[in-house]
Amino acid sequence: MSLREKGAITGVGETAYSRESGRSVLSLQLEASLKAIEDAGLKPADIDGVIPYSGVVAEDFITNLGLPDLRFSAVTPLGGASCVAAVQCAVAAIAAGICNHVLIPVGRNGASGGRIGMRVQQMPQFRLVGEFEMPLGAIAPAQLYAPMARRHMELYGTTSRQLGEIAVSTRANAMLNGNAVMTKPMSIEDHQASRMISDPFRLFDCSLESDGSCAIVVSGAERARDLRKPPVMVMGIAEGHPDSPSVITQRPDMTRLGIAKAAPRAFEMAGVKHDDIDVAEIYDCFTYIVMCQLEDLGFCKKGEGGPFVESGAIRLGGKLPVNTHGGLLSQAHMVGMNHIAELVRQLRGEAGKAQVRDAEIGLVTGYGDMGDGSVAIMRRG
Amino acid sequence: MSATGTYNKLVPEPTPHSAPYWEGLNRRKLLLQKCCGCGRIRHYPQPMCPSCHSTEVEWVEASGRGVIHSWTITHHAFHPGVRDDLPYTLATVDLDEGVRMLAQLRAVPAEKLRIGLPVRVDYETVKDGLTLPYLVPGEPA
Repeated sequence: MSLREKGAITGVGETAYSRESGRSVLSLQLEASLKAIEDAGLKPADIDGVIPYSGVVAEDFITNLGLPDLRFSAVTPLGGASCVAAVQCAVAAIAAGICNHVLIPVGRNGASGGRIGMRVQQMPQFRLVGEFEMPLGAIAPAQLYAPMARRHMELYGTTSRQLGEIAVSTRANAMLNGNAVMTKPMSIEDHQASRMISDPFRLFDCSLESDGSCAIVVSGAERARDLRKPPVMVMGIAEGHPDSPSVITQRPDMTRLGIAKAAPRAFEMAGVKHDDIDVAEIYDCFTYIVMCQLEDLGFCKKGEGGPFVESGAIRLGGKLPVNTHGGLLSQAHMVGMNHIAELVRQLRGEAGKAQVRDAEIGLVTGYGDMGDGSVAIMRRG
Repeated sequence: MSATGTYNKLVPEPTPHSAPYWEGLNRRKLLLQKCCGCGRIRHYPQPMCPSCHSTEVEWVEASGRGVIHSWTITHHAFHPGVRDDLPYTLATVDLDEGVRMLAQLRAVPAEKLRIGLPVRVDYETVKDGLTLPYLVPGEPA
């Protein structure tokens, strides 16, 4: 059995994104959840599955939303690859007949609460790094991921300006979005002038840390057709784990992420080719991670990500518009759930000024921890 | 850096699997796990050999020599304890034994950094009971 066309995204909901919500993470998630459920044309009582993100548990949703009969709960702990992996988990549970409508909420006080450098020290997936690398001064993702980017630059001639093109393009898209934290224009010169964090990553190569919540509802394909909005069908979906998943230092090929294993599975399941993809929402914790995924997904060859983005391919109006909402770099860091929400809007024709004309098929990815990957290909239903 | 005074950096919490590694550093030796089942050398320390699934290991002393695989130069203090070290270079190194290590690289200016640059390991005791490795330029093989 394949998960092809077994499930659909039927609802999306977002809170306002900010640097200081002034509210609890649970209250943010409940707001986004109610919006997603309403967007789907469902009632909270229709939700019979939930896949919560860290810090909040299934019981919180039963208690607050008044869910009478939750039949499925799970967690997908893949860091930033969790959200797309959760969709895979939800579609699998629905296809197995366990439940009908799965709520997947993400929310955080990522700016006003604990910051990333301190947060990762507590995560079990960072245990080896915590013992063997953090005491030597390699503490935060920017530092742990930078050697991947540096090696790519040394092997393939990739430049900081090419990474900057990703930041600039993403910012331009954020400016079309009414719910983006970053609202000032950015030029390549602004990127080049931004302070160095961990070479080659400058400040504008790094994603935001944000407060807010984004939630989606995944429903069975049959039921999805009767709901309020046109369903966004999941055509192909997969997760992939890199070699040496706990430490990048020991990875045989440092320029290859887990998504390189997942992408062929997702494309085969979907039965589409790269040229069929009208829009792509690519997890962008750092500019380089976008470039590496574009290569690992097969949109260009390994090492050609720099020239690919420099050509304008990922801009709105380009060959493959990427992160049309402004991404983690400029809209908000919602662990990539905002990427899924944006793809749904694009495929419904609800993306406003950032709408890719006639977008019918799109792709969304997740990237997490030390290189876990997830990818979904979806179509307008 | 002195061995006295308040040490305010992150410190490792050794496990039964890694304790010999940290004890080795205290004796200024870089020790690696060698599988008793198939002879594969692995790093970082972990309980099981991914090739033959043996849990028996012997600890072998590494040469301490290797070449740069990649690097980053950190300019931002992600922890208060590293503020006075900025900027510092973190190098990923291919050790002669076929595994990699990561440590701070000293005495190499940014413009000299390149893949394949020979380096060697040295050691410093940063506090009682904790010795850390760092890297310095090495001789070509």
